[in-house]
Amino acid sequence: MSESREEHARRLLGAVAGRLALNRWLLAVAMTLLVAVGWFGSVDPVLVVAASLLLILVAALSPRSPAQRERAVRSAAADGASLEGLSARSLAAAVVDPLVVFDAAGTAVLVNDAARVAFGAVAPGLSILMKFRAPEMQAAIEHIRSGASQAETVDYAERVPIERVYRVTLSAIGQGSGLFVMAFRDQSEARRIDRMRADFIANASHEMRTPLASISGFVETLRGPARNDPAAREQFLQIMQNQTQRMARLIDDLLSLSRLEMKPYLPPGASVDVRLIVQNVIDSLSPLAAESGVVIERTFGDEPIVARGDRDELFQVFENLLENACKYGQSGGRVVVSIERTEVPEPEVAVTIRDFGPGIAEEHIPRVTERFYRVDVDNSRAQKGTGLGLSIVKHILTRHNARLTIKSKVGEGASFTVHLPAR
Amino acid sequence: MNTHIVRSYDEELKYLRNRLAAMGGHAERMVDQSVLALVNADAGLARKVIEDDVFLDETQREVDDKAILLIARRQPMADDLREVVGAIRISADLERVGDLGKNIAKRVVAVTEGRQPLSLFRGLQALAELALTQLKDVLDVYASRSVDRLAFMRDRDDQIDAMYTSLFRELLTYMMEDPRNITPCTHLLFCAKNIERIGDHATNIAETVYYVVKGEQMPIERPKEDKSHGVVLSKE
Repeated sequence: MSESREEHARRLLGAVAGRLALNRWLLAVAMTLLVAVGWFGSVDPVLVVAASLLLILVAALSPRSPAQRERAVRSAAADGASLEGLSARSLAAAVVDPLVVFDAAGTAVLVNDAARVAFGAVAPGLSILMKFRAPEMQAAIEHIRSGASQAETVDYAERVPIERVYRVTLSAIGQGSGLFVMAFRDQSEARRIDRMRADFIANASHEMRTPLASISGFVETLRGPARNDPAAREQFLQIMQNQTQRMARLIDDLLSLSRLEMKPYLPPGASVDVRLIVQNVIDSLSPLAAESGVVIERTFGDEPIVARGDRDELFQVFENLLENACKYGQSGGRVVVSIERTEVPEPEVAVTIRDFGPGIAEEHIPRVTERFYRVDVDNSRAQKGTGLGLSIVKHILTRHNARLTIKSKVGEGASFTVHLPAR
Repeated sequence: MNTHIVRSYDEELKYLRNRLAAMGGHAERMVDQSVLALVNADAGLARKVIEDDVFLDETQREVDDKAILLIARRQPMADDLREVVGAIRISADLERVGDLGKNIAKRVVAVTEGRQPLSLFRGLQALAELALTQLKDVLDVYASRSVDRLAFMRDRDDQIDAMYTSLFRELLTYMMEDPRNITPCTHLLFCAKNIERIGDHATNIAETVYYVVKGEQMPIERPKEDKSHGVVLSKE
């Protein structure tokens, strides 16, 4: 409390000193006059001192004149003008949406980080007409740089590698600067929600029909011919339970895939220890491996191997791959997991999961990452597969700018290699 | 970009490049929309794709004329000459891509006459996605001139070929299962072939771009073929 009073007093003192300083010339003249009058007019010195004290008091407490206030405002505005000294580069870097500044010739002058992340090879000096080739974009850019319009808004969609939709606003910068700006706003989410709904209904209705048909068939049998047959009833109920479990798994996988597709497209920036993730996956799947009679061999050391990625998503990738290897490569009896670092042509971490099962025929290899594509429908059903595992893997890897290569020969097992950029 | 003493020379070269970019954008759009029309049984969209092809035909002719005129008037040397000759070749490839897209669009009505199961199109969609990625990457490299990225493209071309062979086999199986599938599946086979050839054209463009930028031919190292010519289905 006392502190705040002290503070208050100090502030008051400061204000008084400020006022006095502002009025110092007037004050000096007045004091000189008073002293002169006292000296020559032989007035009582006490009166002179009292008058000067009064003068100082008035000066200290007098409000600011309008002219002074105006001057103060002007000087504050002069301080704010440092905004003009701010470089366009740092301003663009602070914007989270992709931003490209280009000149009348259509050459990119300034590209912010967000644009570089979103569109890859965009750098100053690039002809934007050659990079943004969609017909609407071409028309909008032409309108803007020829001066036919001051501002244009178009929708721009990139289909591959991951669908993204942007609302792009193009406008001239200032008056006659000869520069134009192109700002992208990501609208992918709304589009993805739409697609997800359509996809989900199409896929789910198709894939759910089989287990549903089987369940309803068994219900019919149980009410009819098998009504009084306890052995058959037990068997049928077991089948029905398997079918409902399958439907539940299917929904889980579909939701997982949809969730992934809903995520905004952002290449993961964090560094993760791939070795640790793979080890965790091996640990978590060892019960399954023991159950299927498969031995998991690891051929990597204990030192961390770092790559860029999202821990949870990569965990799912390796989990799906290793699970597949244990299930479908069961007959081989072992699965080998290896991690390698290569520097050429680009630094990357390659994780290979190799099984020694029946292998995949050549014609199926390019297709196995498609949704619901199954090499062997019966075997997949028996292993409780949903047909979505590898398409989840592929989706995650696309987001990571990573690749999946599959090598296999019938009868010699299969190897799945994940190539993660290490940079 | 280096500059010439005659300013309009630069502008003519630049104009050629921009026309090619516009063609590329149109070709990408046509391929994308034709497959979309096929999957969604959208005859209206298919019609639009067919109409769009006119733009590519006209622009290709324009690029040809402009390039010939430029050679005659400016007598370009070294990289300028490669650039102009490259433009002629790339525009021809893009025009073919447009034709192939148009051909897919033309088949939409025939394929989607009856209600086809979704699984029939899934492979085709995946194939189209690969080919489109290939085309986009090649055109991006043409814009940025960073030819070292072209190495990955050959990988993808192999993937396209393998995928096409697999699709070929799958469609044959459907036809054997049920003769009513023969009409749509035959059309789909042609569509798949078209997409596979779009991938080939993209590879051609990649080779041209490499030549334009580097001044030497891209090293040859690929076994360039799909294996569908050997596919037979034996009755088991």
